[in-house]
Amino acid sequence: MYILYETFFLRPVLTALIALRALRRHKLRSLLTALGIIIGVAAVVSMIAVGNGAQAQIESRVASLGQNLLTVFAGNRRSGGINSGLGSASVLTIEDAKAIGLEIPDVIAVSPEVSTTAQVIGNGQNWSSTIAGESASYLQIRDWPLAAGTMFTDMDVRTGAKVAVIGSKTVSQLFGPIDPIGQTVRIKNTPFVIIGVLSSKGAGMGGNDQDDRLIIPYTTAMKRLTGDKYLRSINVQVNSKERMDFAQAQITSLLRQRHRLTAETSNDFNILNQKEIADTVNSISTTITLFLASVSSISLLVGGIGIMNIMLVSVTERTREIGIRIAIGAQSGDILLQFLIEATTLSLLGGILGVLLGVGAAHLVGHLAQVEIIVSTSSVILACSVSFTIGVFFGFYPARKAARLDPIDALRYE
Amino acid sequence: MSTLLPSPSTTLSPPSSPIIRLCDVCKTYRSAAVEVHAVRGVMLDIYRGDFVAIMGASGSGKSSLMNMLGCLDRPNSGEYSLDGVNISSLSRSQLATLRNHKLGFVFQSFHLLSRTTALENVELPMFYSQPLVSMATQRKRAEAVLAKVGLAGRGDHWPNQLSGGQQQRVAIARALVNQPQMVLADEPTGNLDSRTSIEIMGLFEELNNSGITIVMVTHELEIAAYCKRIIVMRDGKVLSDTLNENRRSASRERHQLDEAERHAQLG
Repeated sequence: MYILYETFFLRPVLTALIALRALRRHKLRSLLTALGIIIGVAAVVSMIAVGNGAQAQIESRVASLGQNLLTVFAGNRRSGGINSGLGSASVLTIEDAKAIGLEIPDVIAVSPEVSTTAQVIGNGQNWSSTIAGESASYLQIRDWPLAAGTMFTDMDVRTGAKVAVIGSKTVSQLFGPIDPIGQTVRIKNTPFVIIGVLSSKGAGMGGNDQDDRLIIPYTTAMKRLTGDKYLRSINVQVNSKERMDFAQAQITSLLRQRHRLTAETSNDFNILNQKEIADTVNSISTTITLFLASVSSISLLVGGIGIMNIMLVSVTERTREIGIRIAIGAQSGDILLQFLIEATTLSLLGGILGVLLGVGAAHLVGHLAQVEIIVSTSSVILACSVSFTIGVFFGFYPARKAARLDPIDALRYE
Repeated sequence: MSTLLPSPSTTLSPPSSPIIRLCDVCKTYRSAAVEVHAVRGVMLDIYRGDFVAIMGASGSGKSSLMNMLGCLDRPNSGEYSLDGVNISSLSRSQLATLRNHKLGFVFQSFHLLSRTTALENVELPMFYSQPLVSMATQRKRAEAVLAKVGLAGRGDHWPNQLSGGQQQRVAIARALVNQPQMVLADEPTGNLDSRTSIEIMGLFEELNNSGITIVMVTHELEIAAYCKRIIVMRDGKVLSDTLNENRRSASRERHQLDEAERHAQLG
């Protein structure tokens, strides 16, 4: 038992003390040698922090779309070679939306959507805003809580009530500090009573401001504002992430059937799958993070070579010391361990300083560029263990060279 | 203090088994097509309590012989047994253990670790001992041996703060600290002035009187004259092996030197 304690604890600890003493003797050289590792680790840690931050930011934008959301857009309308873009074709109807809600078992909520841009007048101000006609379950689908007031009900949708839920940006433009609930705004000469205020959600996927809008019952919007019987899109919420692809396939075949499309014709609608967007965005940002990390890890490699270089110099310089130690009875293992610990200490110390520097640099970048940064524990642990490994790897050859020295030659070395 | 050292029970009459027995030992070096026969068929017995000088011109093979005696090198042929153990059959690691436990080395250029205190230099062999000596015991033993070589209280000095003679004393203390069977000294006075040489030889004399076996290589007849037995080598062979009839006493000469100096100052 004691032999084990001595071999695996006491002796390495004492050897480490010798190694540390040697490093302390050459402070500047040790620092310069460790600098390669410091810079490498700092680069890797800060790059991963910035990359993770960007990823999280993008993910939160995707998540702001809603929960398990499928959006069915009407296809594009072509007339005389002019392509009017997504949502422009007159194909999606309220009946389509109802059919999706009734016939697809995984669908838990449906909101038909019509949308227009109009001048909103209220409190003596006017402001051009997006007017979205939706169903009562829209906010639930988009996972979008109200800041104040209430959402309109199914009853309001059925009766075509003139009520509106207003976005935070629109509120500040029209009402300033005044509480907008209970106030009336006029859109295309129709008065709407404001019954709720949306919480702020920021920019959407396309960069449009989601806080600058009014949400009204889609029935009201179609009757009073657009005068159109076709929908721009249908928002569909599916019960779980795993069922989204299946639900998408079912909706596709249902709509094809309802629109009487033959096997040769392509879809006259498009389905946007939130999970697909999230997956794509994730894979892109992961690739970018990996790319950044791998570029900066090249400097880690260079740092490792620097350590090897200095250790080789150190072994040559201390040939006589090694000779003395071997002559008075040091085992090859003792010498190997001594130099290996020296190299590992250099790289591990460099790793720890590098992590500190990297975290600092990441915060600085985050502060200057106004981007989110995330320093993950795993990247810190990874950086430390990689630098430890580098020390062992690049320190081994010089250490073995020292351990294999012939004591007679080493003692004679000048 | 004497408990640190082997008992001098065997100094007076030569015991039946020698600590060193060389039997027809040869050492040949090969370098780029040239064969150098450094040691050719040396027969040698060294007994406990002996004080041997190995002499010879450079190239006589005395250094090669010394390297083999010190277990830093193995003979090509012949047998070398140290304390009854045949060296030729041991591994590099076993030789290291043997050097650590049974041999003490003193070199011409002292070979102390620089920027390491005298005390730490003396502790070094104990660091490589198996089983490990406790730190407190290491310190105690190192201090005791330093006191024995006349350097009590200088333990915290660095080698470059000590004179040549003092550095060699530290080296001798280091050689003694593991209570070796034998101390091997390679030109121990080669880098010292004549007065310091006498002091160092006086120290060796003292150690030998307390029972320690000493083998030293030297090319100076004056230094060899302090030893009990003189071996002269030439061309890798033992030319002569004689007991020193007119042995000089370093302690007496030192005493005389001190007297003469005091006289000169008074005059």
